[in-house]
Amino acid sequence: MADKSGSVMVLGAGIAGMQASLDLANSDYNVYLVDKTPTIGGMMARLDKTFPTNDCAM
Amino acid sequence: MISPKLVEVGRHTNINLITNSEIKSIEGDPGNFTVNLVNHPRYIDPVKCTGCGECARHCPVTAVNEYNLNLDDRRATYIQYAQAVPLAFAIDTDTCIGCGLCENMCIAKAINYDDEERESSVTVGSVILSSGSRGFDPSQLDFLGYGKHTNVVTSEEFERILSASGPYFGHLMRPLDREEPKKIAWLQCVGSRDTNRSGNGYCSSVCCMYAIKEAMIAKEHAHGDLDCVIFNMDMRSFGKDYEKYYNRARYKDGVRFEKGRIHTITEEPETGDLKVRYADETGMAQEETFSMVVLSVGLKIPDTSAELAERLGIELNKYNFVNTDPFAPVCTNRPGIYTCGVFQGPKDIPGSITEASAAACLAGGDLAEARGTDIEKVEVPDEKDVADQAPKIGVFVCNCGINIGGIVDVPDVQEYAATLPNVVFTDSNLFTCSQDTQDKIKEMIVEHNLNRVVVASCSPKTHEGMFMETLEACGLNKYLFEMANIRNQNSWIHSNDPELATRKAKDLVRMSVFRAAELKPLEEKLVHVNKRALVIGGGIAGMNAALGLGRQGFEVVLLEKDSEMGGFARKLHHTIEGKDVQAYLKQLIEEVNANEKVQVMTDARIVGFEGFKGNFATQVEVGPDAEKHKIEHGVIIVATGANEYKPKEFLYGEDDRVITQVALTDRLEEKGASDLSTVVMIQCVGSRNEENENCSRICCQSAVKNALHIKKLNPDAQVFVLYRDIRTYGLLEEYYTEARKQGVIFIRFDKDAPPTVEATSEGLVVTVKDHILQQNVAISTDLLTLSAGMAATDTDELSRIMKLNRSPEGFFIEAHVKLRPVDMPSEGIFLCGSAHGPKLISETVSQSQAAASRATTFLAKDAIKLSAITAKVDVDHCVKCLTCVRSCPFGVPIFNEDEKVIEINEAICHGCGVCTAVCPRQTIQLSFYEDDQITSKIDALLEAA
Repeated sequence: MADKSGSVMVLGAGIAGMQASLDLANSDYNVYLVDKTPTIGGMMARLDKTFPTNDCAM
Repeated sequence: MISPKLVEVGRHTNINLITNSEIKSIEGDPGNFTVNLVNHPRYIDPVKCTGCGECARHCPVTAVNEYNLNLDDRRATYIQYAQAVPLAFAIDTDTCIGCGLCENMCIAKAINYDDEERESSVTVGSVILSSGSRGFDPSQLDFLGYGKHTNVVTSEEFERILSASGPYFGHLMRPLDREEPKKIAWLQCVGSRDTNRSGNGYCSSVCCMYAIKEAMIAKEHAHGDLDCVIFNMDMRSFGKDYEKYYNRARYKDGVRFEKGRIHTITEEPETGDLKVRYADETGMAQEETFSMVVLSVGLKIPDTSAELAERLGIELNKYNFVNTDPFAPVCTNRPGIYTCGVFQGPKDIPGSITEASAAACLAGGDLAEARGTDIEKVEVPDEKDVADQAPKIGVFVCNCGINIGGIVDVPDVQEYAATLPNVVFTDSNLFTCSQDTQDKIKEMIVEHNLNRVVVASCSPKTHEGMFMETLEACGLNKYLFEMANIRNQNSWIHSNDPELATRKAKDLVRMSVFRAAELKPLEEKLVHVNKRALVIGGGIAGMNAALGLGRQGFEVVLLEKDSEMGGFARKLHHTIEGKDVQAYLKQLIEEVNANEKVQVMTDARIVGFEGFKGNFATQVEVGPDAEKHKIEHGVIIVATGANEYKPKEFLYGEDDRVITQVALTDRLEEKGASDLSTVVMIQCVGSRNEENENCSRICCQSAVKNALHIKKLNPDAQVFVLYRDIRTYGLLEEYYTEARKQGVIFIRFDKDAPPTVEATSEGLVVTVKDHILQQNVAISTDLLTLSAGMAATDTDELSRIMKLNRSPEGFFIEAHVKLRPVDMPSEGIFLCGSAHGPKLISETVSQSQAAASRATTFLAKDAIKLSAITAKVDVDHCVKCLTCVRSCPFGVPIFNEDEKVIEINEAICHGCGVCTAVCPRQTIQLSFYEDDQITSKIDALLEAA
């Protein structure tokens, strides 16, 4: 088998895809983060505050 | 909260963003996939676009704004929101009329009307699918009147209504007449727990909590009294500390919770108010009028994700969530392809983040030998020497949308800042945290030769690190930075007095400018990372964490206090899905024992601990002879688990017919259920009470699992479950539905009127007030099973030795409940399994893999930087009174007997400043918070404005 790639593809750039990408990138893997929309952030970027701390979602 | 992460993703050199794109197909094998992508046209080149917004300002076409859920308009040339990453506009060609204005206006020449769909491909070793969900569309449910009655909105729309960047700029208004509502109803389970109308038999897991939040925030935004009523079947606040939040809403904020099923919603034509008809818990028809109704819509997997799964050969369940095994919760059926977040199953943000790290653990673990081969090394520019320069301060004042700008007169504050000493440049920004502003700050630092930067915006807790990185990226020492919090400590508090808020903003900015002038460049020391991990606890959590790290190629020492591994899981038989826990445990223990990277120490007890991230040393006593070992390691994973609560209630321990769910499982395995004619179960024993305010999360599913098991073994046996709220979240709901189908009887009781138990010679008699019959029901039963909650393992000694914080209930505390669910507050220490809080085996597996991933981000580095914010003793003036030694909460200062001096090891100093404050001789200085730097702020405050 050919040598392994040191890259990972993450499909969907909501909070989950972003966290997976950051962990991999900070562990020295190269990441392709793909999203269907023009911007990352997903559903969390549309929230106002978050439970249970009432911190601003943005 | 997400904004700093957006920026971090956007600026990370190892992350390539590919937007407007979808996966067409994946070919090849794990370790070497070719992913073929379809890149849809954006019509604006994201590389050339500067995000200036001239195109959108001149666009003559109005289109509905999907970001605000169609509640307002945007232009055909648009960007979703101000902090968007990448900060680049796009053209919506469905509405664009091709007038050419934007192309004429764009100085960067980024507009490309001829952009077209392309295909591209990349080579990767693993793939993670995290395509998420969207809100259920309630327009198919006629009786709710959504789409017909304007003041019926979805919870997603209500989030936008509450948001400062939403259609109403954060003012609480209803859509019909933009009047402030006086009474709002939330209707739960719209598109969830509903097989009849929507076909979704699962619980969406998040709606109860977000409804509580929306009600609390709406009350905060309201100018007068606002009545908030949440209509529900069960309130499901099952997460860590969520019950406390529910209780706060209920008892402190006055949110009303009503058990009821909605019949219809009709609109009163003259007022636009909404008449809600519902059946209350006794089955009686009720009617109540509201000014607005919010539908708590569930999470739904979009059809496009189902189509993608079909193209890729990924198995989904009947609701289109990825089919996963409880023991391998982030693995799809296709090796090398993983999943996380809501595509895996309904869950909240901390759950999604945890699973994302778990997926990263496995996706990266497959490629461990190739780690570092596909990345470019980051070059931080050499630091400019500014130590001898006179201060040249740049001040950036943030509007934070309208959060600050709507109250504080930002241009006035900016103008004022320009008059302050040493200030050579000022600017104001819509969002100072956005990516384009970081670039702008860098440009201004270079152009004006700034050697100090002040940002007047929000909290340094969330944003300081990001701004400091911006300074570093252009060769300025990151400690030459100061923040004035003119939002949390000003505009949010003084929103009713803009003049005062503006004056205070000026005071805060002046204080920061004075302090900035006193700042000195500080050096962050590099320390070597010991690439070995210590995992504490050899249950399912500890073993999975150890294996996760082993696969990444790191050595692990796994400590177990008992003589054998397995932890609490040794007492369990099957998961609710029917998976054999003992077979899994056996396989897991074999894998751990066979893994040459993992060294197991059983009968181990931690007796000493020292060190700091990257360089810890732990003393342990192992085996019956307490043989002493010293383990050196770079990270720690805490996986000490939990136990079943030992009840004091309901005759437990007095009558052997009263047992716990764990004991019932044993009993059913050993003796079956043929001799049982009636079994009663009581929920929330040792949970949701004065002693333990929280929900134990797993007991409802334990009860349902055992009830189904009894029915399977003996269909004639009668099973009664006495409960307060049934919390079978996510896909567990299906088992609850099945239990009711099988004839298990669920009776709700109030916390204030719990069941009573009487022991008689014929059997036990349990009496409970039935809410439908409104009278007491007495049930004679062979067995009473108590759904005892989970109690944290006794970790008093461990938490004292390792200085790890725990909640009042004894569970370890994570760094941030939302965004850092597996990190502990001290760096290099991670947390997983039920040591963090009660959870299912599947959740434990993913959290422990997540902890391994988080630990890998440390262990992958040869060296890490230490914070330069540490305390230093001036030994010449110190009188060795030992006040600092006694005061430090982390035990860092020590008296060196040989040298006769106080020593503070800067590598373990947390920089909290306690010693600095208590030193009677002021001989300890905390760098970045030196006396002069603090008094300069006080001087500035007292100076007449």
